[in-house]
Amino acid sequence: MKLPPGAIDCDIHPGQPGMDELVPFLPDYWRDQFENRHIDRMAFNMTSYPPNSPLSGRPDWRTADGKPGGGLDLIRKNLLDPFKLRFAICNMLHGAIALYNEDMSAAICSAVNDWTAKNLLDPEPRLRASILLPMHNPATAVAEIERLAHDRRFVQVLLPVMGDALLGKRIYWPVYKAAERHGLPVCVHAGSTYRWAPTPSGWPAHRVEDYVVQSAAFENQVVSFLAEGVFHEHPKLKLVLAEAGFTWLPNLLWRTAKEWRGVRAEVPWIDRNPAEIVEDHVRLTLQPVDTPNEDPAILTRLLDHLGSDRFLLFSTDYPHWQFDGEDALPEGWPMASVSNLLINNTLDTYPRLREASDSRDNAGHDPKNEEQVL
Amino acid sequence: MNIPVREVRATQKLSFVDGDIHPAFRQISDLYPFLPARWREHMQTYGEHWRQGLSGQLSYPRMMASGMRADAFPEDGPPGSDLKLMQTQHLDANDVEIGNLVALSRGGMEERNLDFAAALSKAVNDWQIETWVKPEPRLRAGIVVPQEDAAFAAAEIERRASDPRFVQVIFAPRTSDPLGHRRYWPIYEAAERHNLPIGLHSGAFSGGYASTSSGWPTYYMQEHYGFFTTMQTVMTSLIFEGVFDRFPKLKIVLIEGGFTWAPALGWRMDKHWERMRSEIPLKRKPSEYMRDNFWYTTQPIEEPFKPEHLGEVIGWLGWDRLIFSSDYPHWDFDHPRYIFKFHVTPEQRAMVLRENAKAVYGYK
Repeated sequence: MKLPPGAIDCDIHPGQPGMDELVPFLPDYWRDQFENRHIDRMAFNMTSYPPNSPLSGRPDWRTADGKPGGGLDLIRKNLLDPFKLRFAICNMLHGAIALYNEDMSAAICSAVNDWTAKNLLDPEPRLRASILLPMHNPATAVAEIERLAHDRRFVQVLLPVMGDALLGKRIYWPVYKAAERHGLPVCVHAGSTYRWAPTPSGWPAHRVEDYVVQSAAFENQVVSFLAEGVFHEHPKLKLVLAEAGFTWLPNLLWRTAKEWRGVRAEVPWIDRNPAEIVEDHVRLTLQPVDTPNEDPAILTRLLDHLGSDRFLLFSTDYPHWQFDGEDALPEGWPMASVSNLLINNTLDTYPRLREASDSRDNAGHDPKNEEQVL
Repeated sequence: MNIPVREVRATQKLSFVDGDIHPAFRQISDLYPFLPARWREHMQTYGEHWRQGLSGQLSYPRMMASGMRADAFPEDGPPGSDLKLMQTQHLDANDVEIGNLVALSRGGMEERNLDFAAALSKAVNDWQIETWVKPEPRLRAGIVVPQEDAAFAAAEIERRASDPRFVQVIFAPRTSDPLGHRRYWPIYEAAERHNLPIGLHSGAFSGGYASTSSGWPTYYMQEHYGFFTTMQTVMTSLIFEGVFDRFPKLKIVLIEGGFTWAPALGWRMDKHWERMRSEIPLKRKPSEYMRDNFWYTTQPIEEPFKPEHLGEVIGWLGWDRLIFSSDYPHWDFDHPRYIFKFHVTPEQRAMVLRENAKAVYGYK
């Protein structure tokens, strides 16, 4: 289905800047290091997203030389204008997060964040961005949040779903404390730093296996947040799962609700049905919609199994090839839930989008008109 | 139990196949008669050698009585170690027609020393017959194999396959390489040739990798949840590595791994494989292998907030895919009378309680 105007896209991926573009944002020490060691000639592509793989870039969403995403001109031409988006959140999942040198990783992450502000946010008021966090050392991650939190165009923090450790662990709580204090949801995005094998039986041979089994990684992360009591300790924290798929969620709600009856003595901070905690704190971006296109009734039934239309946040996952043409809204989506998907759930999740939306002068949009359209 | 008379009549016809019963050793010396002297001494001197920090115990302690039903302790030994109690408490009381034994411990599945693992495998397979199946013909054994030594495992399957008391091959799903890897193919070849299903039971022990792709969880709650995510990766590996293109008649029974995750995983595999099919030239869509080559035991059954949603999911999965299991004598035992809380037809109930298992395992 075509999209009505005024939607908020919670997961887009502008083309990754080359190291030559990032070097000017680095301090002198790192500039020297990068030049001397030829680090400035490295591509820093993530194993999770080989640039030429079909998934990494829709054919009509690539640059003339084949790179996925492109710069601001292409983002406007392919995405912001044709889909008439009100906002789109840039998730710059840069390969720097996979480095082991945590100082170098942090320097590049800061450069990526500053590059994003200057090259995407400054010239285009419809764009918002995530603060890419180096998660090797929570203190460094907190420092990056504190450095950028004043810029309210950064609306969340960004981490990959597979990293050094399960994210509910208490060593990470200072990061969540800072995110909560600044009204920044924690966005956990598909992708791995490959610190651990992608499956409990080791390393799959194929790219598509790695991609598919990420849904299990998301499940285990949600269960980690629940079991460790992150939301009990951080009652205002929101967790956004991006490019996670969502068709696995009903099973997680049922299973954790049942498990909790048997294990609650072990995790006493889970003081109510875990499914309710997930409903209050966890959101998922729309794409990929992992149901068969030829049978839209299945999607409708799955949404009923979810039991709430508050879980999902609209996304295109631009430029990843998750759908064709202009059908950004999947067939089978109940009309009554469309405005929650496209706008309301997102504004409820992101305080900084809510405040931007409330100010009338944002890019000339009048929120009242848009709600009528929907 | 206070059961209304009408219900008692109904249960008189509830005879069923139980896809997951766990026999246990009273003590480790029960195994000694089946072990050569060299390995008896090895067991006494060195014990088993696992890929975890704690020796001889679970790294994630269970929630009650080491994961056992509190009422299933015999006078001597752990639950599941006394045939008489198993008979009176479960096989007779619940009218079990056939029960599949899944011998979880000491079959060499987790043992690092492969020669010792082979000796343990043979011993546990002999022990199942002598201690359980001979005195109680309603029980059926599984050929427990140490999967990391595929050549031995295939030979052990050969050795046992002509004995109809063995009805499947059993090993642990947390293998040392993804299950689709070719190093395991000799096991699949032997199993397919003898028309023996492979029963993969969620396991407490690791083949060396963490139970999640972001490392080790903290709590048993997470470890237990990992049973279900592990089974998902078992399925993706077997399908995407082309095991069923090579062994189209191979039957995989996922035991104690849940099943409501499966339809969604099938759609997800299809969607992303379609996009990237040039990477893996499978003959069929991934979900078609799922539909034809996988079965699931029911316990611990998922309980949607609206019970009828379970019926919808089973409809997507196929009613012919489910095999009832109780998990006796473990603490999260499911009773055959109470697993479905929504309307099921007598045919559907019969499929799950009996007919599917009979078809998969070839029971008459």
